[in-house]
Amino acid sequence: MFQGLDLDVPAGRVTGILGPSGTGKTTLLNLIGGRLRPSRGTVQVEGHDVHRLSRAELYALRRRMGMLFQSGALLTDLSVYENVAFPLREHTRLPEPLIRDVVLIKLEMVGLRGARALMPAELSGGMARRVALARAIVLDPVMVMYDEPFTGLDPITKAVIVKLIRELNQALGLTSIVVSHDVAETFSIADYLYVIADGGVIASGTPAELRQTDSPWVRQFVNGLPDGPVPFHYPARDYYQELLEGAAP
Amino acid sequence: MIGLLQALGHWSLARVARLGRGHLFLVRTLASLPRLLPRPGLVVRELFSVGVLSLLIIVVSGGFVGFVLGLQGYVTLVRFGAEESLGVVVALSLVRELGPVVTALLFAGRAGSALAAEIGLMKSTEQLAGLEMMAVDPIERVVAPRFLAGFISMPLLAALFSVVGVWGGFFVGSGLLGVDAGAFWSQIQAQVDFRDDVLNGVIKSVVFGFVASWIAVFEGYDAVPTSEGVGRATTRTVVNTALAVLGLDFILTALMFGNF
Repeated sequence: MFQGLDLDVPAGRVTGILGPSGTGKTTLLNLIGGRLRPSRGTVQVEGHDVHRLSRAELYALRRRMGMLFQSGALLTDLSVYENVAFPLREHTRLPEPLIRDVVLIKLEMVGLRGARALMPAELSGGMARRVALARAIVLDPVMVMYDEPFTGLDPITKAVIVKLIRELNQALGLTSIVVSHDVAETFSIADYLYVIADGGVIASGTPAELRQTDSPWVRQFVNGLPDGPVPFHYPARDYYQELLEGAAP
Repeated sequence: MIGLLQALGHWSLARVARLGRGHLFLVRTLASLPRLLPRPGLVVRELFSVGVLSLLIIVVSGGFVGFVLGLQGYVTLVRFGAEESLGVVVALSLVRELGPVVTALLFAGRAGSALAAEIGLMKSTEQLAGLEMMAVDPIERVVAPRFLAGFISMPLLAALFSVVGVWGGFFVGSGLLGVDAGAFWSQIQAQVDFRDDVLNGVIKSVVFGFVASWIAVFEGYDAVPTSEGVGRATTRTVVNTALAVLGLDFILTALMFGNF
């Protein structure tokens, strides 16, 4: 999927990774999280080669990473409160009153303290993502990866998620990686952007630099133009010739 | 012709690869069982959903199978004036064969399909991936408790099926058709051997429980994460469990009672 992909994610910043659907953005997050193994090359997090770590070391590293899945990936048999408490119960021996305090603090940060008794099925898409965000930061990770955090959300909820990502990054000193194809939202929060396509990085820079780019491909993507270097039509034989040939498929 | 051979080769390779995945998965599941010891609550919860919620279908089915055995057995035995052996016929049929086999088939339909669908849906909604990224092993947290609950439940359900079936046979034979109650029970006491009959039946139900639970959790875990994939996994669970149970039943019966 990737050929010669090379990118750095600076600590304490929001890095956006943009690209059209199917270019491997989620795969990239799975490589960083150690869920997939590259056939060649290395992925380093805090100086550790993720794919050379033992299972115990990888799990220890993952405790310092949070990931927000596109679907939220909440455990459907647990309430909002229990979902956020889940990593604490699994990885710490904190007493129950302390777990309660931590969970309420994290839910307050995402504005859902009042929804703690709800079940995931009772949440809207945006609320589910906010709960998942509270769960992703409950162990105070150093890095959070966001997989398509804006997809399928209404404008108000998108704005809420944008605000949360930016504020949490600043308040907690996180390193954030935002993978998305939503150009406006990602441009608004990212300190630095990579645009990936065809297995590699085709452009990178600050949002202001990318807006000024000469690359027709990047201009088409950033401006959302239907035709350009990425053609509107799927490759096919000549249209008129095919029509004249009759009904043969 | 070459295309056919190619397709056959692909199909065979895919089957072998799947078999390998299934065995590796089983090894990982078994290896994670000791880590459940400090957390019995996980297994107890699954015992409820796999075992307790299967009680109704097991008890009702056991009762009706017992009724039919009592009726069919009486109709046959009465021709030879041997209707007092009805208890033995009913008990041996249930303890040796029908108890473990029918329970395993019902278990696949009720609990196995539910396990496969639940795990498959957790995969398709990224809950398993979410667990991995929270540094929680989904095999240890999700699969192993369900596997263990199925393995424990199956022999207990099979025993219950047999007990209810014998009472069903007694109800029809003695209560409705007039077979002497004392003869019914004393024949069972005299003719049903604990080691040869009961223990072998228990061994069968343990083996079936292991296989049925393994197939169910593996099919769910290996499901293609789409609604169609989960549907197929559920169907495969029932079909594969039925085939495996019936095949294993023949092998175990031959080993236990075949005098080879």
